[in-house]
Amino acid sequence: MSAIIHEHDDHHHGPAAGITRWLFTTNHKDIGTLYLWLSLIMFFVGGVMALLVRTELFQPGLQFMSPDFFNQMTTNHGLIMIFGAVMPAFVGLANWMVPMMIGAPDMALPRLNNLSFWILPFAFMMMISTLFMEAGGPNFGWTFYAPLSTTYAPDTVTFFVFAVHMMGASSIMGAINIIVTILNMRAPGMTLMRMPLFIWTWLITAYLLLAVMPVLAGAVTMVLFDVHFGTSFFNAGGGGDPVMFQHIFWFFGHPEVYILILPAFGIISQIIPTFARKPLFGYQSMVYAVASIAILSFIVWAHHMFTVGMPIAGQLFFMYTTMLIAVPTGVKVFNWIATMWRGSMTFETPMLFSIAFVVLFTIGGFSGLMLAITPADFQYHDTYFVVAHFHYVLVPGAVFAIIAGVYYWLPKWCGHMYDETLGKLHFWLSFIGVNITFFPQHFSGLAGMPRRIPDYALQFADFNMLSSIGSYIFGFSQLLFLFIVVKAIRGGIAAGERTWDGAHGLEWTLPSPPPYHSFTHPPRVTEAEAHS
Amino acid sequence: MQQMFSPRHLFTTIPLAMLGFALPGAGFADELNLPVGVTDISRDIYDLHMLILWVCVAIGVIVFGAMAISIVAHRRSRGYKAKQFHDNLTLEIVWTIIPFIVLVALAAPSTVVLLRMYDTGGEDLTIEVRGYQWKWQYKYLDDDRNETVSFFSSLATPRDEISNQSVKGQYYLLEVDKPLVIPTDRKVRFLVTAEDVIHAWWVPDFGIKRDAVPGHLNDMWTIVEEPGVYRGQCTELCGKDHGFMPIVVNAVPPDEFNTWYGEQLELADARKAALSKTFSEEELMVEGERVYNAFCVSCHLPTGAGIPPIYPSLIGTSVVTGPRDEHLKLVIDGVPGTSMQSFANQLDAAQLAAVVHYERHAWGNNAGDVTQPRDVIALSE
Ligand code: HEM
Ligand SMILES: [Cu+2]
Ligand SMILES: [Cu+2]
Repeated sequence: MSAIIHEHDDHHHGPAAGITRWLFTTNHKDIGTLYLWLSLIMFFVGGVMALLVRTELFQPGLQFMSPDFFNQMTTNHGLIMIFGAVMPAFVGLANWMVPMMIGAPDMALPRLNNLSFWILPFAFMMMISTLFMEAGGPNFGWTFYAPLSTTYAPDTVTFFVFAVHMMGASSIMGAINIIVTILNMRAPGMTLMRMPLFIWTWLITAYLLLAVMPVLAGAVTMVLFDVHFGTSFFNAGGGGDPVMFQHIFWFFGHPEVYILILPAFGIISQIIPTFARKPLFGYQSMVYAVASIAILSFIVWAHHMFTVGMPIAGQLFFMYTTMLIAVPTGVKVFNWIATMWRGSMTFETPMLFSIAFVVLFTIGGFSGLMLAITPADFQYHDTYFVVAHFHYVLVPGAVFAIIAGVYYWLPKWCGHMYDETLGKLHFWLSFIGVNITFFPQHFSGLAGMPRRIPDYALQFADFNMLSSIGSYIFGFSQLLFLFIVVKAIRGGIAAGERTWDGAHGLEWTLPSPPPYHSFTHPPRVTEAEAHS
Repeated sequence: MQQMFSPRHLFTTIPLAMLGFALPGAGFADELNLPVGVTDISRDIYDLHMLILWVCVAIGVIVFGAMAISIVAHRRSRGYKAKQFHDNLTLEIVWTIIPFIVLVALAAPSTVVLLRMYDTGGEDLTIEVRGYQWKWQYKYLDDDRNETVSFFSSLATPRDEISNQSVKGQYYLLEVDKPLVIPTDRKVRFLVTAEDVIHAWWVPDFGIKRDAVPGHLNDMWTIVEEPGVYRGQCTELCGKDHGFMPIVVNAVPPDEFNTWYGEQLELADARKAALSKTFSEEELMVEGERVYNAFCVSCHLPTGAGIPPIYPSLIGTSVVTGPRDEHLKLVIDGVPGTSMQSFANQLDAAQLAAVVHYERHAWGNNAGDVTQPRDVIALSE
């Protein structure tokens, strides 16, 4: 190993000095780090908005903010968490891990990589700046249904449109880079069916991004035209149709929710085998399941629109296809459990988060299945039941997987172990907080509480208070996460090459921290070392 | 409440409790689950909901059970050595096929219920429901009487309850100034649409919810058996007061409904007569305040101060002190490109006259003129 590092030092220089290292970097690790820090900052910004929302909802009555500001908070919370926290975190993990897991020196398109990151801070600054403008920021929900986002939108909607354009452009560039890297830069012997699951899920996710980000760009462009150039794409008065907006949006939106979960599946599929000390059960069926979920995700979009007034044939089609998605999703859960079965498990922080992921994501899958039943969805739709559903799949789903991934790979990145005791404390606080926050929302939804309201009838008071208390527990325990990460970066026990005794995969053959250019000489990949 | 201990409720609360939530007391039971409702459809939905909930609980018990056993038994701290198996085609096929069969078994009854919901036609009465920012309009489509019965229904909860200055009533945010009235045991058809943005009309006890979309007429129906007052809310984000446009439906026996309907026809005639009347200033102020509180207050506030810059103040401004006809025109036509809508189709000449007179003489304004219905009529001609 040291020979490799030596040689690389002869050819290249390491990172540039000072701020230019970060501004002009084309290095996959530096860019990965930038993505991850941006993501963490956005997670806290979006989190503060969520806590403001929960504070207003602590009790019935309006206490702290106007209904319009409340709507701005829910809207920006959703947009920031999806586009600012979860997606950049996955891209950051991909940047760090893809070259190291497939045996490549760096990403295939390093300059594009730099550009795709540096667009993002400006996109978010632009979007968040609207909150300080006179007309106020976006207040029409992250789904920005027309005509609330066109004819009836605040003037700042133009900034929102361009911010979304920039986020989309960044995602498309990131996706291209990941596809090109995975398809062209694998080390000899790393055949497609030997690729680690994280690589597989990201490859498929990247194709989803390429397919649907342009659709989102089309939707916001039509919004822009309706607002400024007198078109009537979504204006019934001019011959347009607000329902068409929803079809276009959800044609993007449903695959988008899988963009938010497939890389999480990948992370979990890396971690569970490591701590069960047993190979991933059903590798092939895991790959096929992810592929079929991705394909099915294109033909289920109107399950978000059951109440919009579709003909019965449409309702039935979308009900059946949505139910069908539960099959490959179930296969994944069964395989994770079969991987744990008769393993020799230990429960370090990454494993704790992964186990919680499997359980709580499955609960989100159950409520998804309930929502798929069209007649029942008439009762659930646009209530807190839906809020509970998607938070179960996104918070203890996507976010827990990201946190698990960070604990799992952080020692590799910085060369030091994190503080295991604090890590476990962070896990238990998060686990308890998340359930107190979101489980009661199933009940308030079933009891009839609509979503996106700043004030509510008295029978919902108990569950809302509980939910708010949970959100403070969850929210503030993330500061502990920040502390643990910073502490590990600054020092700690040396992590060693193969940090976890059960870990397999090329990334564990590199020193910790790994050299600036991961594999300058392609390793030879055998079946055993390819994936866990 | 009397049904607390019926089998249906036991059926309900057990799986919910099993899902991991301790019941804080029996009084909570009604809040934990979907209401059974009062129509065939709502009961069908409830049964579907319970069916799938039980299926999920059963799957959960198996899946989480296996996981729990594994977590307890297969841990290194107990000295368990890992087996190295990693594939089993039979198992993969089994856990693909069995869920598929379960799903088909769920899809079948769901399809039946959905078909029943789409069984429109044969209605006894049709009501158009139209969403506005932020109120509902109900219009009884009655060919004989030229659709004369039509009214708005908006939030009746006093503002000081919302701002926590007085104690909240039992039906806080779920009460309206004028509820929709429908007959029991009759098939009532709703045509749902909207004037501005998308809203959604939902009464949980009926098991019906439909989006109100501008330019669309969505169809749904209900047959309510039990007389009673049923409450719901708008369920599509429609702007700032989305949380403040409840739905209240009063279901009454057919006889009572006919009496009520007769009264509405008379009221409509009286309102028509009002168009040619001359009102005293006091009468104008009283009616004007009523109209203002139902139609204008959500943006311009009870004090007339508005929320500048988006919702302008009405105190001492050029509009309320300037020429009366300009003021009238502004209310009738609205201001395009802003949220000041056109009230031409929402208010009749008598209401427009009253509300404009009120705005010109309330909150210290004193234009010193009088606006009568005939002034409004003259202006629109
Ligand atoms: C078994 C798998 C799933 C099924 C059957 C399912 C089904 C559904 C359905 C039918 C809705 C619409 C509910 C309504 O608005 O009435 C919905 C909403 C949603 N789902 Fe899922 N879902 C599944 C998994 C996921 C996953 C994995 C994610 C993301 C990680 C996700 C994220 C969302 C989001 C964000 C919404 C709400 C969007 C909004 O209206 O703001 N779901 N789901
Ligand atoms: Cu979806
Ligand atoms: Cu609404």
